[in-house]
Amino acid sequence: MINKIYSSIDEASYDIHDGSSVMIGGFGGIGSPHNLVQAMSGKARELTLICGSIGAIMALKDVSCIKRLISGYVSTLLAVKEEWARMAKMIDEGEIGVELVPFGNFVERIRTGGSGIPAFYTPVGAATIFGKDKETRIFEGRECFLERALRADFALIRAHKADRMGNLAYRKTARNYNPIMAMAADVTIVQADEIVEVGELEPDCTHTPGIFVDRVVHVEPALTKFARVRKRT
Amino acid sequence: MQQRGMTRELMCMRAGQELLDKGYTYVNLGIGIPTLLPEFVPQEAEIMFHGENGVLGLGRVVEESEWDFDLSNASGEPVTTVPGVSYFDSSLAFAMLRGSHVEASVVGAYEVSEKGDLANWQGPGIRTGSPGGSLDIAVGVKHVIAIMMHTTDEGKPRIVKQCSLAITAKGVISTIITNLAVMDVTSQGLILREVAQGITAGEVQVVTEPKLIVSEQLKEIAL
Repeated sequence: MINKIYSSIDEASYDIHDGSSVMIGGFGGIGSPHNLVQAMSGKARELTLICGSIGAIMALKDVSCIKRLISGYVSTLLAVKEEWARMAKMIDEGEIGVELVPFGNFVERIRTGGSGIPAFYTPVGAATIFGKDKETRIFEGRECFLERALRADFALIRAHKADRMGNLAYRKTARNYNPIMAMAADVTIVQADEIVEVGELEPDCTHTPGIFVDRVVHVEPALTKFARVRKRT
Repeated sequence: MQQRGMTRELMCMRAGQELLDKGYTYVNLGIGIPTLLPEFVPQEAEIMFHGENGVLGLGRVVEESEWDFDLSNASGEPVTTVPGVSYFDSSLAFAMLRGSHVEASVVGAYEVSEKGDLANWQGPGIRTGSPGGSLDIAVGVKHVIAIMMHTTDEGKPRIVKQCSLAITAKGVISTIITNLAVMDVTSQGLILREVAQGITAGEVQVVTEPKLIVSEQLKEIAL
């Protein structure tokens, strides 16, 4: 019998180790697996974190576990949370390396990483610093540059419903990067709001088939409710 | 400093008129001021607002007390949705932009040049930045409207001859709506099309770096 359900967050994330690369789902914190992120801090250091924006890692208690950040949205959020002032300082002092990637290229790098395509040409960011020092080619009169696929040791994602086979369904805009990241990691760990019986998820409405999922842990959506991350400036 | 002219809400209202005049159906709203816009467009017009976070059919921003925590606009604010709304993953969200399925986008901006160059991902004095979806919008969307305060809080022009900040994309902006004016980017230069109530063309020119071409049909913004 296939059973990917783990009884606790600690058991589900036992092997995240020093130096791991970890993808974290969510857009500005919406749909992020905040409980899994919170549990990760203190367990491992020298982490490479791959997340759309740093809103995805707002539950991290200690930002000194980050060695490298691959993300598309960093600076605007740094002033929002007090703990992030420390992250800003570490970035300024070079203790945390940051690789900024425009969102569309970011998600395409992850999608190809999970789809067996090693690299692709993109027009997004050509002739800007995002395409600097990268192999370029002209397609249909437009300058494009080569982006490499992105994979990680772990993906931490959040789903609304999951079954023991790892089939997942998301809710509203909490879907975002989650199903894409689920494809691109050696081990995909899901924080699910609700566990349902096999057969209960409508096959036509199963957003992530269980083949992409390794572990599922049920978390009451307590930490998924968080204060708004950013104020209009 | 209290900025003169229109409030952000009025700027959104003016941007809404622009979308209705052009008859667009699918319009992306960038992070920041633009996400306020759905409140100012009648729902009967059925403009389906796109959020790069994975939604087509955004409604107005609501109070936090009404927040469904699994739903936000691209700015991370609680919102409603309109009938016919759909949700999708980020890969599809950016395919809609890059693949030119979305007809227009309203974006925030730090600076816009007279040639329509856009700078909106890296603020002044910042080492990192927040490119987000702005570069995808710039590549794929045909009509990009910038909505921005005309000057910095210190009164420095943000409509400039050449952007001093890192560029998002060259020549991508076709319309600029500020608290003071509406301008079109053309091959001849910036055409001043409309001014906010009580503002003169001369006053707009004083806080604009490039020389403005005042339209013969110059009029006051009517909302």
